[in-house]
Amino acid sequence: MLNLFGHTFRHGVHPPESKGLTEHVPIRRMPFPKRIALPLRQHAGKPAKCLVRKGDRVERGDKIAEADGYVSVPIHASAAGTVAEIGWWPHPDGSMVETVVIDVEHYSPQIPRPRMVPDWHGLTPDQVRAAVQEGGVVGLGGAAFPTHVKLAPPEELPIEWLLVNGAECEPYLTTDHRTMVEYPERVHFGIRIMMQCLGVKRAVIGVEMNKPDAIEALQRTIPADLDVTVRGLTVKYPQGAEKMLINVVTGREVPSGKLPMHVGTVVQNVGSIATIAEIFETGLPLIERVVTVTGPGVRRPSNLIVPVGAMLGDVLDFCGGITDDAEEIVFGGPMMGSSQPDMRTPITKGTTGVVVLTASEVKPKKTYPCIKCGHCLDACPVFLNPSQLGLLAQAGRYDEMQTRYHLQDCMLCGSCSYVCPSNIPLSQMFALSKSALRKQAAAAPPPPPKTEDEGAEGAKVA
Amino acid sequence: METPRFELTASPHIKGPDSTPRIMWTVVGSLVPVILASVWYFGPSAVLVIATTTASCVLTERFLGHGRTLRDGSATITGILLGLTLPAGLPLWMAFIGGVFAIGLGKLIFGGLGQNVFNPALLGRAFMQAAFPQALTTWPDLGGPWWALRGDNLALPFMTPHVVSSMTGATPLGLMKFESTHTALAKLIFGSTGGSLGETASLVILVCGGYLALKKYLDWRIPVSIFITVAALSQIIHIFMPGEPDALFMLFSGGLMLGAVFMATDMVTSPTTTKGAWIYGAGIGALVVVIRLWGGLPEGVMYAILLMNSLVPFINRATQPRLFGTGKEAAA
Repeated sequence: MLNLFGHTFRHGVHPPESKGLTEHVPIRRMPFPKRIALPLRQHAGKPAKCLVRKGDRVERGDKIAEADGYVSVPIHASAAGTVAEIGWWPHPDGSMVETVVIDVEHYSPQIPRPRMVPDWHGLTPDQVRAAVQEGGVVGLGGAAFPTHVKLAPPEELPIEWLLVNGAECEPYLTTDHRTMVEYPERVHFGIRIMMQCLGVKRAVIGVEMNKPDAIEALQRTIPADLDVTVRGLTVKYPQGAEKMLINVVTGREVPSGKLPMHVGTVVQNVGSIATIAEIFETGLPLIERVVTVTGPGVRRPSNLIVPVGAMLGDVLDFCGGITDDAEEIVFGGPMMGSSQPDMRTPITKGTTGVVVLTASEVKPKKTYPCIKCGHCLDACPVFLNPSQLGLLAQAGRYDEMQTRYHLQDCMLCGSCSYVCPSNIPLSQMFALSKSALRKQAAAAPPPPPKTEDEGAEGAKVA
Repeated sequence: METPRFELTASPHIKGPDSTPRIMWTVVGSLVPVILASVWYFGPSAVLVIATTTASCVLTERFLGHGRTLRDGSATITGILLGLTLPAGLPLWMAFIGGVFAIGLGKLIFGGLGQNVFNPALLGRAFMQAAFPQALTTWPDLGGPWWALRGDNLALPFMTPHVVSSMTGATPLGLMKFESTHTALAKLIFGSTGGSLGETASLVILVCGGYLALKKYLDWRIPVSIFITVAALSQIIHIFMPGEPDALFMLFSGGLMLGAVFMATDMVTSPTTTKGAWIYGAGIGALVVVIRLWGGLPEGVMYAILLMNSLVPFINRATQPRLFGTGKEAAA
């Protein structure tokens, strides 16, 4: 069905955009810190297998860990130096993860070893996928799903559209925004390679209308021989969720429990596309990414190119440090990001931004009983009943949440919690319920889960 | 690297501006014009009755409830709404007992805010209808000076109120039902008719309700669905039985406006789903017409809403939203 009221999906919320701090700040390169920490798990799927030992010397761009299986990617050193230790280290998701810590060489020119730059002309899809996996590319929108897997849809599912996700609906973040404004040609080059690999004729870049300069830059640079359109999208959260973007651009709904490829689409984040372009421009793997460091608690909000593995403390120091009233540090956007307790936590491939919030944003709110106002039902982009799910979660009736109220379709976008006038932590309760159900399923003797659903559940919002 | 202490919370880390107390107090604020209208028409008696029910609801919440929930404003709403459904000349002790029952039996017994099945104000009103049938149907006449009390407000508990015969008037619905006389539409819209304190000024109620609907603090579908059902049904009946009232009279008389805008839309006791709101409103509308035309009472809004309140859990269950990516909208 064609949407006559602008390009948007039903429901959703309108948090303050708060992008003004950094939306016109050009991307700068952060200097190499003294130490970097590279977790072996920076992507969805199996963690990488470590290839180095303590004391080994690595150049910038060297592979330090290799892909362990198909849904896995290698990890490369983002700076030249010596492996100082390999051990447990704080990870952005709150756990401790096996991590390679490298002492960065002080006077190194940080020039990568000479390498072959693959010529994209005439590369078969398999060769492109191999190059993308070898480059360690994952979705840079937050979910960090290995990109080469998305580039290999099964043959019985023809892909019609390549959708490029430049919605960036999370408040504060301007990572994709600045990428589109400053590197539009690179985005188009990446699109060209992906279209060739997927064999699709049409590509659509979806950009929220609050980034007119990005839309303009992309439109100006569309190559004459590519069928690429730039589509302005209504500013609404979670416009950047895969399912929402597909719905808006194609008018289709991804069937519950299915993937974008089931409606003939592949969705890639703008940043991932630019990274793929870089692989075919310079041969360099994914060792640095654009990160927005912002929020009222940062003295000098910036858009930075940060080496993967740079630690939170170093990144904040480079941005002038945090203000005295800083209360909470979030990796990712404030709607879906995770708060960080430790200054040693590294920026990983999936870290879109660092948002430092102050007391006025995070002050604890009193919780009231659910008054059944129904605002969460009007907010949920996948038409769940968060109010009812919340009551069931409180009662511990996880099975009923799953079988009757479709908990598995919740993507934890946080819209329900955002609107709830009673401040009930709905999405947190759903995350807990999901993990309780996963534990139940793991304990049960016959494990029935389909591998495909895992991807759908992990679908994140850019 | 030294790490200062930071907040650790689950996402989302920012919150929308709405809060439950804010919703409740906005509703209270939007009731102020309705209260003022009732004071305009019924004088100091209106102030006395509404103040009494509000005080008794708040006190009951304070002493029988958790006490923590006092500032959320929901007891104040119940008190004001209960007061608005009562006749101006009601003895205050009855109004007080009504308030205690509204909060005690209508809300706290279910577990407090958010747990009650029935609209507490209407449950209190229903209790009073049963307990004090005569006082609840004694409508003051509109004549007389503005400052005079409209009945024996200050009667002592359990004493027969001192009834002044010239002071009993009748409501438009009563006139229609028992004497077959019709009241002019303009009077109904602006409220210069007999009736409960807050139900007469239809226009004021509509404007206040419109404001709340714009703020999304009430679901516009419920009143709209009630109005459509009442208007359609009564107009059809009017065509076949011209003796029965027409749609406009049915819409603007009695407690329909107050009930449809402020009572039926109570968030706690109305459906959460969009489809459910339409069904619930249509059910209330149909019941109102049936009770008014064929029931033993001139007015049916209260029972219509209470009856549909009891069906809300079933309506909710039957009208779950269509999951994204299912049904005909999902690509095959």
